[in-house]
Amino acid sequence: MMTKSAATAAGLSLSKIIPLSMTAMLGLFVVGFVGFSQMEVLHNAAHDSRHSLAFPCH
Amino acid sequence: MSLFRNIVLAAVIAGLVSGLLLTVMQSYATVPLIIHAETFEGGGAEIHDHGHGAAHSHDAAAADHHHDPEAWAPANGFERFFYTAAANMLAGIGFALVLLTAAEALGGLSGWRKGMMFGFAGFLAFSLAPGLGLPPELPGMPAADLGARQIWWIATAACTAVALGLLAYTRSPLLAVLAVVLLIAPHLIGAPHPESHETAVPADLHARFVAAVFATSLVFWSALGAVAALVRDRFRQGEEAFSVSTGGVVSR
Repeated sequence: MMTKSAATAAGLSLSKIIPLSMTAMLGLFVVGFVGFSQMEVLHNAAHDSRHSLAFPCH
Repeated sequence: MSLFRNIVLAAVIAGLVSGLLLTVMQSYATVPLIIHAETFEGGGAEIHDHGHGAAHSHDAAAADHHHDPEAWAPANGFERFFYTAAANMLAGIGFALVLLTAAEALGGLSGWRKGMMFGFAGFLAFSLAPGLGLPPELPGMPAADLGARQIWWIATAACTAVALGLLAYTRSPLLAVLAVVLLIAPHLIGAPHPESHETAVPADLHARFVAAVFATSLVFWSALGAVAALVRDRFRQGEEAFSVSTGGVVSR
């Protein structure tokens, strides 16, 4: 009971950990894909977006 | 599973809306400056052509920056706008996923005001803090090794995000000290910079670009946070109504 209330106080219950780590990884993957992928075609497609979002480009 | 699905759906909606808004702002504020700067890219190559025999470091650096001219690139005009919009919306979805995950782990978003505060935090962590060390670059500007800059960018964003979380959600003085250290450390270590900043791109063009990037990013992140929170609220009401109607216990 104590541990459960401590966990919910932190906002993290066990049932949330798996979906939240999945959404975090998905989000980081998407950001990495758009902002950091070094594939030439992707770089050219996302070029203006990368420059305008202050990602390191070129 | 509904938590995963709802966060993804909310992130997609927030990312599409804020990415579209960002694209409209960029097409007035930043893209014209990028296209202007590209006219100086050729000039840089001419300078480098002089050093055929003497392989000074400039040539090696310049070679890295030049891209394969054969590779596909969107044609100027609508095609370029379309791909920029797509990249912005994808970036928005990715950032919204990170924002919503962080908010959910820290107790959930309630109301667009809190969402906007999370958006400001996202702006600080993913835009301003990395941008202080590595100012937004225009094409044709010299820069240090791309890999090193990407690592510094990611590390700075991560340190800043954790620091903001510690400052906002913990009360221990020790953790506050840690937060301040995390905020400052990347800048003390310093971002990777090229040996020379010499460029044909005019300084005032770059200054205008940096200001435009931060201004548009701030609006983008505020919209992202506010819309994400609004949509997330909507979905949560759905979750709770569903739990009550099926007699389940609402887990909060």
